[in-house]
Amino acid sequence: RRLCILKGIYPHEPKHKKKVNKGSTAARTFYLLKDIKFLLHEPIVNKFREYKVFVRKLRKAYGKSEWSTVDRLKDNKPSYKLDHIVKERYPTFVDALRDLDDALSMCFLFSTFPRTGKCHVQTIQLCRRLAVEFLNYVIASRSLRKVFLSIKGIYYQAEVLGQPVTWITPYTFAHDHPTDVDYRVMATFTEFYTTLLGFVNFRLYHSLNLLYPPKIDGQADVELKPVEGKEYAMDSESYLEKLSALSASLARVVAPTHEDEVEMDEFPVEGETAEQMDARKKEQEALEKHKKLFEGLRFFLNREVPREPLAFIIRCFGGQVSWDKSLCIGATYDVSDPSITHQIVDRPRLEQQVVGRYYLQPQWVFDSVNAKLCLPVADYFPGVLLPPHLSPFVTEQEGDYVPPEKLKLLAMQRGENPDEESEEEEEEEEEEEDENDKEEEEEEDESEKEEEMKLKKMEEQKTQSNKALPVKVTAGKLRLEDKQRLEQEQQSEEKRLAIMMMKKREKYLYKKIMFGKKRKVREANKLAAKRKAHDTAVKEEKKKSKKARRA
Amino acid sequence: PALTPLPSTPLQDIRNTVGNIPMEWYQDFPHIGYSLEGKKIYKPIRNKDELDMFLEKMENPDYWRTVQDKMTGADIKLTDEQVDLVHRLQKGQFGDVHFNSYEPAVDFFTHEVMIHPVTNRPADKRSFIPSLIEKEKVSKLVHAIKMGWIKPRKPKDDTPTYYDLWAHEDPNSILGRHKMHVPAPKMKLPGHEESYNPPPEYLLSEEEKLAWEQQEPAERKLNFVPQQYRCLRAVPAYSRFIHERFERCLDLYLCPRQRKMRVNVDPEDLIPKLPKPRDLQPFPTTQALVYRGHTSLVRCLSISPSGQWLVSGSDDCTVRFWEVCTARCMKTLPVGGVVKSVAWNPNPTICLVAICVEQSVLLVNPCLGDKLLYGATDQLLESYVAPEEERVQPVQWVTATMEEHGKGVRLIVQHSKAVKQVTWHGKGDYFASVVSDNSNMQVLIHQTSKRWSQNPFRKSKGLVQCVLFHPIRPYFFVATQRYVRVYNLLKQELTKKLMTNCKWVSSMAIHPGGDNIICGSYDSKLAWFDLDLSTRPYQLLRHHKKALRSVAFHKHYPLFASGSDDGTVIVCHGMVYNDLLQNPLLVPVKVLKGHAMTLDLGVLDVLFHPTQPWVFSSGADGTVRLYT
Repeated sequence: RRLCILKGIYPHEPKHKKKVNKGSTAARTFYLLKDIKFLLHEPIVNKFREYKVFVRKLRKAYGKSEWSTVDRLKDNKPSYKLDHIVKERYPTFVDALRDLDDALSMCFLFSTFPRTGKCHVQTIQLCRRLAVEFLNYVIASRSLRKVFLSIKGIYYQAEVLGQPVTWITPYTFAHDHPTDVDYRVMATFTEFYTTLLGFVNFRLYHSLNLLYPPKIDGQADVELKPVEGKEYAMDSESYLEKLSALSASLARVVAPTHEDEVEMDEFPVEGETAEQMDARKKEQEALEKHKKLFEGLRFFLNREVPREPLAFIIRCFGGQVSWDKSLCIGATYDVSDPSITHQIVDRPRLEQQVVGRYYLQPQWVFDSVNAKLCLPVADYFPGVLLPPHLSPFVTEQEGDYVPPEKLKLLAMQRGENPDEESEEEEEEEEEEEDENDKEEEEEEDESEKEEEMKLKKMEEQKTQSNKALPVKVTAGKLRLEDKQRLEQEQQSEEKRLAIMMMKKREKYLYKKIMFGKKRKVREANKLAAKRKAHDTAVKEEKKKSKKARRA
Repeated sequence: PALTPLPSTPLQDIRNTVGNIPMEWYQDFPHIGYSLEGKKIYKPIRNKDELDMFLEKMENPDYWRTVQDKMTGADIKLTDEQVDLVHRLQKGQFGDVHFNSYEPAVDFFTHEVMIHPVTNRPADKRSFIPSLIEKEKVSKLVHAIKMGWIKPRKPKDDTPTYYDLWAHEDPNSILGRHKMHVPAPKMKLPGHEESYNPPPEYLLSEEEKLAWEQQEPAERKLNFVPQQYRCLRAVPAYSRFIHERFERCLDLYLCPRQRKMRVNVDPEDLIPKLPKPRDLQPFPTTQALVYRGHTSLVRCLSISPSGQWLVSGSDDCTVRFWEVCTARCMKTLPVGGVVKSVAWNPNPTICLVAICVEQSVLLVNPCLGDKLLYGATDQLLESYVAPEEERVQPVQWVTATMEEHGKGVRLIVQHSKAVKQVTWHGKGDYFASVVSDNSNMQVLIHQTSKRWSQNPFRKSKGLVQCVLFHPIRPYFFVATQRYVRVYNLLKQELTKKLMTNCKWVSSMAIHPGGDNIICGSYDSKLAWFDLDLSTRPYQLLRHHKKALRSVAFHKHYPLFASGSDDGTVIVCHGMVYNDLLQNPLLVPVKVLKGHAMTLDLGVLDVLFHPTQPWVFSSGADGTVRLYT
């Protein structure tokens, strides 16, 4: 099992299940014979055997309490490396990047585990180190694209060398460890993933001319020194902690030259029209702009907001961030700093507010990143009912249900500003409605009467026309409509007849596709209806409260 | 009141007679142990309550030095020495007052090394010769090293844990394995409903939540319940996070992977391109006339070769003759039995209708149309001269009585069992009847002019459903439940056996060209056979939703129709080309509805007009309808 996990061997579904399974149809997993032979050639098998023997010897020595033997055995503890397996599974670096999703998620999960029980402390520490290193790389390369706060955890998506890498981190709470989970399997996976992630990190750091293992930049180091000297005795520990503070930039092998950002030479690809070129250029510009989203802004995180994700995100987009000194090391400035522009707060009310900065809820940061622009701050003040947080991973196709908030956002991205107008309009409308309410009620009665009258008239007309049908010539207008409808009907009938003539297999396929389409439409309609009901309910409540206030 | 100390009795010396036992044993008794005389030694009476205790505490100056002796239960006042001892012990000092713990130390031995040894014993021999035990140990070690059992410590490898693994990307290292490798699909990205603050429409309503809970965990569309939190601070940890990662791990190494081709076709492309029905006109499109009159289901229809008269047989024991154009019932003929089948003689010079009524076939002259014509028919029938020698016949030919003759019945062919179907040969002299029987007497062929019947088959080959004459050649088609057999009447042999691929054939019709047959079946299939092509159906059409009752071909137009229990008649365009290489073209052109469903039955019989592109259908609702 361990070998399968490490070597990435997976079962296969045989073509003739019954034949392979000697006639029975019971569920079994089948591996290719080729794969198993391939596993047998693996040199690590011997290493595993050696380790097994070592464990046996050690146990025996302990049992006999031969301490010198124990020491000797421990000195000669066999070790194995997974480097060659990583290289074999991912012959190119891009392959490794493609498979990074699970590795990252796993490392982030393991780095949050408590240091007791379940798995080795070294593994946890290694995971934490690798995760922090990766985060630092993402900050340095500014490659974060999307973030999403879900009920499961926080999703991040970064674009590393053109490959989208998505990972999820749990919220920082103690896990209640389930009993029906085999931690050995997870540990084996993590073993492989840490090796992979280590090599990937190394390569990534070198691609940015950064030192690996990462060192914090000199200037920042000096600033941090006094704090460190007082509070942290152990150098190695403080190193990781400082790194995980994510506040300082990293040291480079080559001194950073600011002329790095030379304009990319344009390589006109043959067969590409000018339009495409333009579109690409525009995209590039938008990307650059997105990368510098928080450039020049100074944030301060209150102690109740999750520090690490927010600091990570803000730094990824060029903002400066600090927090309370007692919360974590690496704080660069204080609350009272007048140059702070945004303070992230997650409590309903704040006693003392400093003029000159925005007090915002953390969702603003996430939504701004996803919208690729700094959203209006008014919706995110502390204590305000937040607008819904939408997933950036959903791209609506035609016919899908699009929540109205998304529509608004898309409009804003296009540069329009329908938001204010519509809101104003809404308010106006509401006011008007309120004013008109009484009138309407009166009007309604009248209108009802009118409607009744109309209905009666219609009926009369109908009966007349029915009576007069044999004599009268029908109007031309009616006929036109009929024609259209008839045509439609005819077409639909033709289609139905053609469907009747389809072959059995095709008919099945067609029916399946149509069923899927219909289900999609149905779901979208359902969501829309739900939204409508909710909106009306909210509106009515508003009205009621308004009335109550007036009264 | 202060408690008086116990009187000092001689008994007091005997402190306790019970011995060294846990005193709890006597806790609940009023006494402790027994005296020599065997009398109980009572505990001192302690009836002090809290108040008494308190008062005593306040008033008795010696209260603090009073303790209770557990052995006897008496209160004892400690003396001054005793109190002092307690104090000393509490301080951690020695109990004895006179003990001096800081006495000056006395050296027993000097610290200086003397020139004379303490003992004068000479050194042992063993201290001069090498130790055997050590030698043994060393030799063991040497042996172990020689044998390679003990290895030197491995040098610490100082290669860095991480290095540029992909420094030399070798294109040759991409093996065949990598090309075969199916990468695991990535985790599904979260949608709006997974947000901690989703739009309100994504939250589940009460019923949906209930439904979600009742579903199996594997069947659920979402593996979580969407929830809304007002702020980020309120979001709790997701309890199934580790589970989900673990499941992902299991998927990665235990799930069989397979490349599946996703069908990415436009559903519109799947619809076959057929010629438009408009281009295939004429065909019946609308209901034109309804022939009302029957009170029960109309089982069968037939039309005169001129197309002017229509005859219908019904379960109300009557046969009605209609004029096609006006839907007028010209004549009603009560026959005294359920009419199973009617057939108008296809010869235009003869005006004769064969009607199946229970065990007999009536040959009726309806006396409609040209008087000369039906007069001639009567003459033809009367010109029969009985042969001299009576031949043995399977049926009896009876001439109608005068009364019956008045109604139009000319001849009665009496069978032994109930007759199911009757059908004429194209020339109009012969007709075949099907008897519901298991023997070889199921199919009989009769000759009208000679009033002579014969049984063509020696053996029964299954339950015969219907029979048919070939319109041109001397072939005879017999449909049993699953097969259609084609017999050559001249050679008297079986020429073909057609497999219908159906469970139960209900009806059969032949193309006027004679090379194509359609079979309707009760399992709602219609099979088109090309006799030149193969014995299997050229096409199986599953247009109807319920059992097919009857099928019909048009005489001139390339049309065929099928009527079914679902109350519809489907008219199809069935073009047969003279060119042998070109397959027939089958296009459904119209679905005709009109018959009401009665007793789960819809259309019972369909029939084309001989010259016009009109189709008649008779239904279980007692009507006959004409579509033009």
